[in-house]
Amino acid sequence: MNNTTEDKLKEIAIEEYDNLVEQVSPKRPLVKDCIWAFVVGGLICLLAQIIQNYLVLRGLTTVDAGSATAVIMIFLAALATGLGIYDELGKRAGAGSIVPITGFANAIVASAMEFKREGYIFGVGARIFSVAGPTLVFGFAVSMLIGLIKFFIAS
Amino acid sequence: MGTNKKRGMQSIAFTNPPVITSWASIVGPKEGEGPWQKDFDWVLDDYLYGEDTWERAETKLLRETVKLAINKASLETKDVEVLLAGDLLNQTITSNYAARELQIPFLGVYGACSTMAESLLLSAMLVDGDFYARVIGAACSHHYTAERQFRFPVEQGVQSAPTSQWTATAAGAVIVEKLGIGSYITCATVGKVIDMGQANMADMGTAMAPAAVHTIKQHFADMDRPTDYYDLIVTGDLASYGRDIAEQLFIKEGIVPKPNYSDCGVLLYDESQKVNAGGSGCGCSAAMLCGPLLKMMADGQINKLLFVATGALMSPTTIFQGETIPGIAHAIAIEN
Repeated sequence: MNNTTEDKLKEIAIEEYDNLVEQVSPKRPLVKDCIWAFVVGGLICLLAQIIQNYLVLRGLTTVDAGSATAVIMIFLAALATGLGIYDELGKRAGAGSIVPITGFANAIVASAMEFKREGYIFGVGARIFSVAGPTLVFGFAVSMLIGLIKFFIAS
Repeated sequence: MGTNKKRGMQSIAFTNPPVITSWASIVGPKEGEGPWQKDFDWVLDDYLYGEDTWERAETKLLRETVKLAINKASLETKDVEVLLAGDLLNQTITSNYAARELQIPFLGVYGACSTMAESLLLSAMLVDGDFYARVIGAACSHHYTAERQFRFPVEQGVQSAPTSQWTATAAGAVIVEKLGIGSYITCATVGKVIDMGQANMADMGTAMAPAAVHTIKQHFADMDRPTDYYDLIVTGDLASYGRDIAEQLFIKEGIVPKPNYSDCGVLLYDESQKVNAGGSGCGCSAAMLCGPLLKMMADGQINKLLFVATGALMSPTTIFQGETIPGIAHAIAIEN
């Protein structure tokens, strides 16, 4: 009996506190963040499109040019990460620089750089996907799922 | 069963108040660009401090700060009887390695960002309890070791929340002696772990503010002191939003801290330094105490200081498991 009353009081206190936190906490500058994300994300995609168009122009098929573009974009993001540019961009652009494939490259290279000091096996090898891992796992899972759906619908 | 030092529920009064005879602080480049540059003993121009890993740099930072505090008192390491130190890293490795090199008998402490208060409080107890005559208390944090343990790789492009705080690269050390010249540690309040159900790792001020207010309220009740007794009450690292919440809670509890209340997390950096809500880490309150605050006490600008370092006792593991962030705060009264 005593316990439940105490629990209730604690619950009320926490609720009151949550309200206070809600009042005081700053709101994220959503509009500004969205504009940054849209512009930076858009520019990254524009750059990729220019590369892809150029490759098509030079004789690659659209599919091959797409793969080659992905490789080039990953290289550029890895380079920018190594030079310490990409994290500065990410601080402002948020999702705009995380969602494109360049963000994925950044997550992997940043982890590799961070854990190099623990050696190549227990550091780089073991921790390289510490941030990007979930993307891979769920990317694979969804790919398999879609593969299965296609298999059954096609047959 | 009572003792002659215990006061009220959670406090103690030192019957032979220990003396702070020497102190030192070393801070990183960013902290040196803040408003207190000339009040710290040394500002590093490089986060690696001539070492090849962040962890070694942090160890050196703590070790050199302890040495500096000892040198400033014209003593040698062998003259100090015991070292109490802590940091933010798993297994408190920074302190362990620093103690390995210092060869002072060592007790490791952990109170997250409240560590400076904890090591100082225990140092004062050991001295007043007549176990030792000269003890050194210290705490340390490094921005990049904390980032990689608690958050993301340094080069990862992530957007930080406006409530997030910047872990300070800083260390502070204080020599507490039975006899000597300096400010006295007169009383202290050991805090309870308070958890108000906050679980946002990017908003630790909110998780710690209730603990800070609880400890301060208990301190005034236990010591039977008026709430305007102190020239300055300074919390550890609530930062700007945590401080705002603490001020609201103070009013609710009938304590009017203004204008004598501030927070080390708010004070350590300039607003232009892009640290979002402010500073955090053991080094934040440690360096503010062992730099500007004790200096102001020595100059007589402040005569009665209540130092309330705050800690978010957080582990990413348990947060991911759905736990909330427990907070703690210890109060120490330093008087001339």
